Amino acid sequence: MRNAVPVLTVVAVIFALWYGAAVVLNAPWAYDKAKRADVTLGFSELVADTWSQDKPKLPAPHQVAVEIWNTTGEMIKDGRAFSKRSLIYHAWVTFSSTMLGFLLGTGLGIALAVGIVYNRTMDMSVMPWVIASQTIPILAIAPMIIVVLNAVGISGLLPKAMISMYLSFFPVVVGMVKGLRSPGPMQLDQMRTWNASASQTFWKLRLPSSMPYLFTSLKIAMAASLVGAIVGELPTGAVAGLGARLLTGSYYGQTIQIWSALIMAATLAAVLVGLIGLMQRITLKRMGMAE
Amino acid sequence: MMWVVAGLAAWALGWWLNHVLSHRPRTRFTRLAVPVIFGLTIIVVWECIVRGFDIPTVLLPAPTQIAARFAASTGILWQDFVQTAIKGALTGYILGCGAAVLLAIAIDRSPFLKRGLLPVGNFVAALPIVGTAPILVMWFGFDWQSKAAVVVVMVFFPMLVNTVQGLQDTEAMQRDLMRTYAASYWQTLFKLRLPAAMPFIFNGLKIATTLALIGAIVAEFFGSPIKGMGFRISTSVGQLSMDLVWAEIVVAALAGSGFYGGVALIEKAMTFWHPSQRGRA
Amino acid sequence: MTGNSVISAENLSLTFETNDGPVHALKDVTLDVRKGDFVSFIGPSGCGKTTFLRCMADLEHPTGGTITVNGVSAAEARMARAYGYVFQAAGLYPWRTIGGNIRLPLEIMGYGKSEQDRRVKEVLELVDLAGFEKKYPWQLSGGMQQRASIARALAFDADILLMDEPFGALDEIVRDHLNEQLLQLWDRTEKTICFVTHSIPEAVYLSTRIVVMSPRPGRISDVIESPLPKERPLDIRDTPEFLEVAHRVRDGLRAGHSYDE
Repeated sequence: MRNAVPVLTVVAVIFALWYGAAVVLNAPWAYDKAKRADVTLGFSELVADTWSQDKPKLPAPHQVAVEIWNTTGEMIKDGRAFSKRSLIYHAWVTFSSTMLGFLLGTGLGIALAVGIVYNRTMDMSVMPWVIASQTIPILAIAPMIIVVLNAVGISGLLPKAMISMYLSFFPVVVGMVKGLRSPGPMQLDQMRTWNASASQTFWKLRLPSSMPYLFTSLKIAMAASLVGAIVGELPTGAVAGLGARLLTGSYYGQTIQIWSALIMAATLAAVLVGLIGLMQRITLKRMGMAE
Repeated sequence: MMWVVAGLAAWALGWWLNHVLSHRPRTRFTRLAVPVIFGLTIIVVWECIVRGFDIPTVLLPAPTQIAARFAASTGILWQDFVQTAIKGALTGYILGCGAAVLLAIAIDRSPFLKRGLLPVGNFVAALPIVGTAPILVMWFGFDWQSKAAVVVVMVFFPMLVNTVQGLQDTEAMQRDLMRTYAASYWQTLFKLRLPAAMPFIFNGLKIATTLALIGAIVAEFFGSPIKGMGFRISTSVGQLSMDLVWAEIVVAALAGSGFYGGVALIEKAMTFWHPSQRGRA
Repeated sequence: MTGNSVISAENLSLTFETNDGPVHALKDVTLDVRKGDFVSFIGPSGCGKTTFLRCMADLEHPTGGTITVNGVSAAEARMARAYGYVFQAAGLYPWRTIGGNIRLPLEIMGYGKSEQDRRVKEVLELVDLAGFEKKYPWQLSGGMQQRASIARALAFDADILLMDEPFGALDEIVRDHLNEQLLQLWDRTEKTICFVTHSIPEAVYLSTRIVVMSPRPGRISDVIESPLPKERPLDIRDTPEFLEVAHRVRDGLRAGHSYDE
């Protein structure tokens, strides 16, 4: 709570800058219109115009807010929450492939991490490649994966989820390997003195100690998964999803549409990452690991 | 059939070799050889499977086909590399990281700004910033300038958050020491806080390398001149010339790991004193 | 205040406000430290001995009373770089060599390059670390690191040396050795030393005066003038005079401290 005032101040400054930038960026078009209509613009008219253009270079925050309301709340009131023009529908499409990819990626990541921790050959063979692959701009493959999977008859949710999975499993592998290895030699020796089996050591020591690491990587994985889903919607001329909204918006110069999709994506990211943060707090608290 | 058997044999051989090597004492040689053998095995198995099952090139070209295409089109690949990696990604990387470090130093003096900007920065760092690409392409045009702008936005916040954290990472005792010397703000900054922040700054720089290339490539999906890695990938996918796509991905992989490796090397030279670097000499 | 008093505290008090109410770290502490003294501060944890030292160094701000260092306020003394401070841990910068660490205060204080070189060489010899100038701190043992941090405090030749349990983290053998070296150094340089410790033998062995402190509120319960000669070999610790002083210190500690926790 101590941070509330500073954070609100910063946010207020951001909004002020946003409004200011909208005036500056949209002014040329406003002057252009005024010139053709043969009127001269006073300052207040200029500001009013720059904050209400149809296709502004930078829409003012309230324009975006109105657009978001029109495509969400308004449509719910009309009972068309899942019509193709509704942002809720597009967010839902992106959300489902994000979640599917996230779950697949997390599963794969944890499995791989367990393999790496327990199998020396796998550790030395695979781990360097996992780390190296993080340095490769994986997203470049996105369009190809979608086309290839389409060619073998897989379409819809799964190709996008594959990209999300690909992006989200790296942080999970790296975090889980670190976490499963976090028990010190003393704790492992302790287990040995009790003659604990490998699976007992895993369930009673290694897995619980890895929880803080797991949640930290899950947050990164979730954010990455969402990016994957959005980018996965770009190249194929997909018609649904927040990425598709971004793309059609950019084709037709619908800046307000782009910004509302962007804000929606940001909200989605914040909610999803926030949910994992909540799960983290509850879990760690029940395990007695939270501070 | 022959090819499939060969593939299985190659896999068995590679795994057996690695099994033997990895159960010998770890040396610099085994640490390098094991992953290399693993990588080569994957490539051989890939080749065998593509040939054995007659997988159409449209789905998955064989490594040899990709290599041939790579060798045949170095001109195009180089041109795309310069356009995307050097002009777009590198320019944006330098501008974005530089601005973030400077802002971090500036807000570091004000606890109020730090408390306000850090949560916002952390929040923004988790957002799908690539999404700003269409807007920036609209603002800065189709050429590399807009790609550099996307990269600036993408690398800025992770870099800011890391640098601010790093600048805070001094022990109370070390700060007291500077106080007993009656050191000025700038002396404390240059002699204590910036050096102490280096591991964090490099962590941010390393994260930013990957983000920079991703940003530059993805931004090209929203419009670009008729060159660039992202442009080539999306148009080649449309023309179903997958071998060129793969060749371009090889370039992206090389550029990405080269970029990352370069930063890691500088890090090693500059933070040799940090426990994380000291371990492996 | 006597003419040769270097540090002078009068009715010094310091109260921290915490969630559990105010904590009186120091209450009405009055003490004069004379030039050339070796004063030890001893007491159980929470008695305010470190806080008192930090007040002298202007790292802590008293809430009552006055303190002067070299006749001026603690803040002015800090600005004039009147003292060298040695912390509990060596706190050397890992990215600087031993020589570079000792050079650090000299760079900050604006000494010329050749003067820096001369002083680094000089203090390294003083603490017996000649030849280690180019090593990094993490390549040295704990005792050597602490010696380097003492050299760092000596480098700019301040008249006062403030030491906060500098040997607390070291094993006893190394500690004996460093105690002996510290005495020789004090003898040669004629500095005024304030030394915080929780070891009775260490305090008695080193000091000309021993200040016994007690907690809740932090205050001085006894000041003992040591009758021991200036020349002190290690085996002085087996003499009856030494044991006599140690006994008085122990009594002072017991009187000021009820073992109720």
